[in-house]
Amino acid sequence: MATVDGRNKCTGKLKFILSYTINKQILFQGMSVPRTLRAGKLNEKILQLFIATGKDEVLSFIRELNIHPVITPVLPTQMAQFSVKDEDVDIVIGAVQSDLTSFMNAWKPIISRFHLIIVKDPDLKEDLKVPEGFDVNIYTKADMDQVAGSALTSQLFSGFSCRYFGYLISKKKYVISIDDDCLPAKDDKGFQVDAVAQHLFNLAAPATPLFFNTLYDPYRKGADFVRGYPFSMREGVTCALSCGLWLNLADLDAPTQALKPEQRNSRYVDAVLTIPAKALMPMSGINIGFNREVLGPALFPGLKLAGEGKFRWETMEDVFGGMCAKVICDHLKIGVKTGLPYVWRQERGDAVQSLKKEWEGVKLMEEVIPFFQNVKLPVEAVTAEDCLVEISKQIKEKLGPLNDVFGQAADAMIQWVNLWRKAGSSSS
Amino acid sequence: MAGGSVSPTPLLKDELDIVIPTIRNLDFLEMWRPFFQPYHLIIVQDGDPSKTIKVPEGFDYELYNRNDINRILGPKASCISFKDSACRCFGYMVSKKKYIYTIDDDCFVAKDPTGKDINALEQHIKNLLSPSTPFFFNTLYDPYRNGADFVRGYPFSLREGAPTAVSHGLWLNIPDYDAPTQLVKPLERNTRYVDAVLTIPKGTLFPMCGMNLAFNRELIGPAMYFGLMGDGQPIGRYDDMWAGWCTKVICDHLGLGVKTGLPYIYHSKASNPFVNLKKEYKGIFWQEECIPFFQNASLPKDCTSVQKCYLELAKQVKEKLGKVDDYFVKLADAMVTWIEAWDELNSSPSAAIPNGNAK
Repeated sequence: MATVDGRNKCTGKLKFILSYTINKQILFQGMSVPRTLRAGKLNEKILQLFIATGKDEVLSFIRELNIHPVITPVLPTQMAQFSVKDEDVDIVIGAVQSDLTSFMNAWKPIISRFHLIIVKDPDLKEDLKVPEGFDVNIYTKADMDQVAGSALTSQLFSGFSCRYFGYLISKKKYVISIDDDCLPAKDDKGFQVDAVAQHLFNLAAPATPLFFNTLYDPYRKGADFVRGYPFSMREGVTCALSCGLWLNLADLDAPTQALKPEQRNSRYVDAVLTIPAKALMPMSGINIGFNREVLGPALFPGLKLAGEGKFRWETMEDVFGGMCAKVICDHLKIGVKTGLPYVWRQERGDAVQSLKKEWEGVKLMEEVIPFFQNVKLPVEAVTAEDCLVEISKQIKEKLGPLNDVFGQAADAMIQWVNLWRKAGSSSS
Repeated sequence: MAGGSVSPTPLLKDELDIVIPTIRNLDFLEMWRPFFQPYHLIIVQDGDPSKTIKVPEGFDYELYNRNDINRILGPKASCISFKDSACRCFGYMVSKKKYIYTIDDDCFVAKDPTGKDINALEQHIKNLLSPSTPFFFNTLYDPYRNGADFVRGYPFSLREGAPTAVSHGLWLNIPDYDAPTQLVKPLERNTRYVDAVLTIPKGTLFPMCGMNLAFNRELIGPAMYFGLMGDGQPIGRYDDMWAGWCTKVICDHLGLGVKTGLPYIYHSKASNPFVNLKKEYKGIFWQEECIPFFQNASLPKDCTSVQKCYLELAKQVKEKLGKVDDYFVKLADAMVTWIEAWDELNSSPSAAIPNGNAK
């Protein structure tokens, strides 16, 4: 961490401060300040310094803060090792187009060491083309029909929603999912972004939904909790969901993109942040990672638009599912992060054409907001599964009367949970 | 979008005051001259009033020291902190402008990743003049920025946003850490330029830093009381935190927005962590009580003005936090005094205020 120069400067400065403010009785010559600083922990040596002042206030401060020299510090975070084993990860790709060659070759350096699940859109007629060199399992309509029956397959897994089948049959702790029209992006310094590694870091490091940190993710290198951030909240909570962003074609709705046909997202925002508890956001399914063990069936293919099509502008299932997932996360006190990583989203489709279809999704969103802002889950719902069942009941009750689509979504959610349980994917 | 030259268009130059607390000198203003010179400065001199603070030539300013504060507020001057930069809120009170920008005297012009000088004031003005989005989080951050927009799924009925009351800027170089963190990481520097402005969602509290802060005085001014800190008080370095919690609760209640992120300034001076620890440590315990208090604070519907909200908060502070320490009883009283003083000084447009040393 510190350079040689920095270390010497710091040693000198600290020694001066120490000698100036603390009793001469304190011996600090024998103490290895550089090592202490490099360790980044408030360890025995510094503790002893404080204790040696003999001041009551300082002593009670130390007691109250419950400082553990070796165990996870309540005090300032250091760059702990947040790492994930490769074998705990599945990469799920929903194939909405048949030729995946260029997509997979572009991602090869990043994904080839992981197990891949490719799920083919059951409505796609052509054969899938998948290049060599990957550890991959491919699932098609036949597989889905076997697990869910053809009626349910068509209801739940068509189009972009085919990926949920992948979430269902995966047995891994972490799942990363990226749309098949996205390529690796380059960061603001021109380096290729390893989106998978970033999602895994986001998921492995705690989330901080209870209080906003103005320096964004405190677990990133070079950052920390700022002054005024309560110490009791610095351990954070498990991160269940990591939502990435998109350069080039951002995930805008059809009217917005149609109004600004030339607009491309070129702004690389170098931040990961936790979405605060109680705040709702539109989750985009284009580039996500999640902890399957903890989030379970909370990401689901529920809301199907009448005119749903093969372009993202014509879907809402991820936005709707994401709102449920956020409510569930808030209830279970787990976290949702947003920001890095970016992927490069290629041109596809025509916003104006999509506009011509009835963009009912936009209208539907208006109706669900008050519902999600006020939904309460019972204390007994302690797993994502329990929560989902409860939410579907409330959706049927409160939103069902507004529009058939909601009633169907509620039913789909129950079917989904049953499938989840059947596939042995239940969380205990 | 971005202003190219070093001399930007003086947006709002007759509607914005720059409030600077200082005890040392104002040399840092030289670096800010291209950006600040069109604006009126309110300098609040902390510490020894017999010392003369030299203001660089060419700035239009008024200066208040402790004697001025005592003279203007009389007995109510007790609510203004002594020997702490919290005294800056006196500047908010005496200002006659719609907007305030406050900055510390160890904050300099930062450079963006292209190497260009950042006009922090211009960005704050942009933030304040465009709406906030507290009711629903936009994953592409501020949708009103050039090149950004609302994402798919963002409800159209919420796209007009809410008026922005506060623009909270950040800092490169010396980060705003508390004393324990400073002690463990004395070498850490914030080098990450995050090119985003975002609205802090309704119902979420945040640690508001007063180093690089702008706000709409008409919308939220009376909530920006920086508390009782410094000389004769058990606590320091929580002035802006306190103001931030009160401000956010009131903004949430009144449907106003708070933004954070750009602009960055360059924070040059690392304060002594041992001195900071002495000032902060009571605060470190007390904030564990304060946070739940503010998270659960609710204001009755008939609190329709900032002052009413603030007085109601003061009542609740006395009731609930008074049990934690007697300090909060004193603070609650000071909050009331602050509002009384604010209303007195701001009751009518023609309310004459005996000026500080103006130029």
